Amino acid sequence: MPLTNELRDDILASVPSLRAFAISLSGNGDRADDLVQETLLRAIANIDSFQPGSNLPAWLFTILRNLFRSDYRKRRREVEDAEGNYAKTLKSQPSQAAHLEFEEFRAALEKLPQDQREALILVGASGFSYEDAAAICGCAVGTIKSRVNRARSKLSALLYVDSAEDFGPDNTVRAVIGGNGG
Amino acid sequence: MKEVKKQGGLNAEIQSRIGHQLRAMYDDVVRQGVPDRFAELIRKLDGPEAAAAAVAGGDTDKNNGGD
Repeated sequence: MPLTNELRDDILASVPSLRAFAISLSGNGDRADDLVQETLLRAIANIDSFQPGSNLPAWLFTILRNLFRSDYRKRRREVEDAEGNYAKTLKSQPSQAAHLEFEEFRAALEKLPQDQREALILVGASGFSYEDAAAICGCAVGTIKSRVNRARSKLSALLYVDSAEDFGPDNTVRAVIGGNGG
Repeated sequence: MKEVKKQGGLNAEIQSRIGHQLRAMYDDVVRQGVPDRFAELIRKLDGPEAAAAAVAGGDTDKNNGGD
């Protein structure tokens, strides 16, 4: 469809979540914004192929995800450099304890295989249905479900089993994990 | 805690905590809104041709001339 002002506004409205998705995928704020810019350019260049009335965010996420994957193959070696960059993208710095917990979570997320990480983010954070997430990733709905489950169970193992001892002051969670509330 | 192992399915409370952290991380970025560079980019592009030229050239400023 033509690039109407309404469509421009809709595309712009998707930018915040596109950035969040890009940062979650790449772990690097600068690279994420380059990805978003490239996504916007390609989306507008190919706007004629967008079906009016279909899911615009899903269409944009698909473009970004495909760009990330082709980019990722080229720059695999640079990915390890991302430590700490995520925090720099935040405007308000969280408290020290929250920051530590946040860093642990981010580090655990980066340990997931890419397929699992993107599935978990799309369903668990972006709020897409399993069906939309499957369309974005170009795979079956059952595949997305199993990737999300594996991602959750791996995160759980990384964050709450191996290091349950030093994880936050949440006694309820610790009691549940340890089986004894004190 | 060495003896503590995941037994069968995931605990619902742990799942909910993971979901909460995931969304907190994501929403921190969403709340930053639309950076100016993207608002300007969308405003500048007249249509698909301008965007395609920018993709090909890799530089939006140089390829979107003729104000």
